[in-house]
Amino acid sequence: MTIELETTAYADPVARSQWWLFRRRFVRHRAAMISLGVLTVIALACFGANWFAPFDPNEQDLLLGPVSPDGTHWLGTDELGRDQLSRLLISGQISLKIGFAVALISTLLGTAIGAVAGYFGKVSDQVLMRTTDLFLIVPQLAILAVALVRWGRTDLTIILVVSFVFWMSTARVVRGQVLAIREKEFVEAARAAGAGRVRIIIRHILPNVFGPVMVNATLAIAGAIVTESTLSFLGFGVDPPATSWGQMLNDAKGAVGTSKSYLLYAPGAAILFTVLCVNFIGDGLRDAFDPQNEKH
Amino acid sequence: MTDPDSNPPEPTDLEPIPLQRSTPPGTGPLLSIRDLYVDFATDDGVVHAVDGVSFDVYRNETLGIVGESGSGKSVTSMAILGLLPSSAKVSGEIIFDGRQLRGASEKELQPVRGQRIAMIFQDALASLNPVRSVGRQIEEAIHVHHPKVGRRELRERSVELLSIVGIPNPGDRVDQFPHEYSGGMRQRAMIAMSISNEPDLLIADEPTTALDVTIQAQVLDVLERIQDRTESSIMLITHDLGVVAGIADRVAVMYAGRQVEIGSVDDIFYAPKHPYTEGLLASLPRLDRRADKESRLHRIGGQPPSLIHLPSGCSFHPRCPYADAEHGCTTRRPELLEVGIGHRSACLTPDVVGSVLGGSTFGEST
Repeated sequence: MTIELETTAYADPVARSQWWLFRRRFVRHRAAMISLGVLTVIALACFGANWFAPFDPNEQDLLLGPVSPDGTHWLGTDELGRDQLSRLLISGQISLKIGFAVALISTLLGTAIGAVAGYFGKVSDQVLMRTTDLFLIVPQLAILAVALVRWGRTDLTIILVVSFVFWMSTARVVRGQVLAIREKEFVEAARAAGAGRVRIIIRHILPNVFGPVMVNATLAIAGAIVTESTLSFLGFGVDPPATSWGQMLNDAKGAVGTSKSYLLYAPGAAILFTVLCVNFIGDGLRDAFDPQNEKH
Repeated sequence: MTDPDSNPPEPTDLEPIPLQRSTPPGTGPLLSIRDLYVDFATDDGVVHAVDGVSFDVYRNETLGIVGESGSGKSVTSMAILGLLPSSAKVSGEIIFDGRQLRGASEKELQPVRGQRIAMIFQDALASLNPVRSVGRQIEEAIHVHHPKVGRRELRERSVELLSIVGIPNPGDRVDQFPHEYSGGMRQRAMIAMSISNEPDLLIADEPTTALDVTIQAQVLDVLERIQDRTESSIMLITHDLGVVAGIADRVAVMYAGRQVEIGSVDDIFYAPKHPYTEGLLASLPRLDRRADKESRLHRIGGQPPSLIHLPSGCSFHPRCPYADAEHGCTTRRPELLEVGIGHRSACLTPDVVGSVLGGSTFGEST
């Protein structure tokens, strides 16, 4: 039995698909796997809350008022007597939706802009990168506020508008990477093999940019959740009765330093753990996508 | 005074001719380069990287191109495929199978690249995409030119190609990544990729320079076997005369962007007619000569010239043991002239070559 195991260890490598290799590397990344589990639990709890939330998140009980966490209200209630646990779960739906959708859209937009600017250079580079700079210097909150007032404050408009001010860092990172990678010999080899520009960008250059893009995307998820909180604080967030983690924090802003400060902990911790999990998963994905990473 | 028949008008019009054949396919040389110049404008002046090069590559032959670093070998090959940056000024004619390639658009060149003319690069690790498996890259090389070939057939083809170039266990190796291959295997994988469409011309740019000697021999052997199989032509760019002697049919020698000599392997190795070629050969270590004080390795004195400020006349004259103002070596630029059948040299005094270093350096008398 032992001998058999040893011969397998020295045998020629078995043919394995790239997807299989990718998955193995990811599964071996412990922090990423734990984070994926935690995030899955958070997401399931939030999106399943419509069925199993202990109370109606918007039902007020003014006579009850704020109560500290106890057996009935695990996370307590706010001034209006609303159950905090139920509100936390329902809020998570909008926060998670905004976080992931903004990261997805802004990453796609930023990658496309950065890749075109970096690969084609010259005029397109100048135009695209100066546009990027323009977006970076314009006060973003002002733009967001004006746009949200103009087009209404639904989750869709928030996602689109926030994405629109979140793509710049990805674009700059991708451009820089593409500038370096397009000079690599394998790109020239691909040209010498007759590959066209689109194929070279998509098949040869972008896969090599995956790591930094992934890191940026995870940062964007965190940033979008925080930006949404800021907007809520300023009164430009989702319309009540809809609510988000940021909205909950802002509702509780008066509780700082009082006996009701427990109202801040739950949404704060929810944001913290979500962002942390997303960062670890991004780390794991980046390592898994690097075929030279074969540490066991 | 001029007879229109014996003195045809010089082709002054160097505008790119559209990709249509001027000679029927399958006749004449496969690749014909005439008066190729490549200039790069830099802050210090114009670099004449390739300075008037003309040669032919015939069907099913191997042409070796030798010269030291910076002599314009690689730039010539890049010019053929139109891979030079747009800052390069290219003039002259590059006729491939009767079609003008110089000045052709990317769109016109793409079907030629990889399908009719394929290139093998020196640094195989750098030339393979690190994040894609070797098999996928070979499959892509076929797919680019034959988009209708199905997935399964592509995979079978790439496994077959890997076995042709002598990769052990190709069925397993096909899914591995470049960094999992050894140096020699990577170079063979590159070769597999370049021959995937059975090109008419393989340009191998220093294919063995980064490899140790035993692997060099294997790679050259693979190239020779492939040539026998597909009857393709090979343009072998190298600075290693030993490699050229082993595999080439004809040899072109370049110095400072100019072509100084071209001829059959025997002509070049046994009867060089240019002092630079002679110097190169004399500087090779010889097993059949004793290493005593008298026969120390020869070296060519001086430095290769700056490609911005080339010496007047023959660019080799400052380092040439035969240079002689009387012959105009310092003032007149020598042209590539016939010195034997199929043997041309750009030297003003080809007949005295050999008198200083003691006759043919690879003489039969040894």
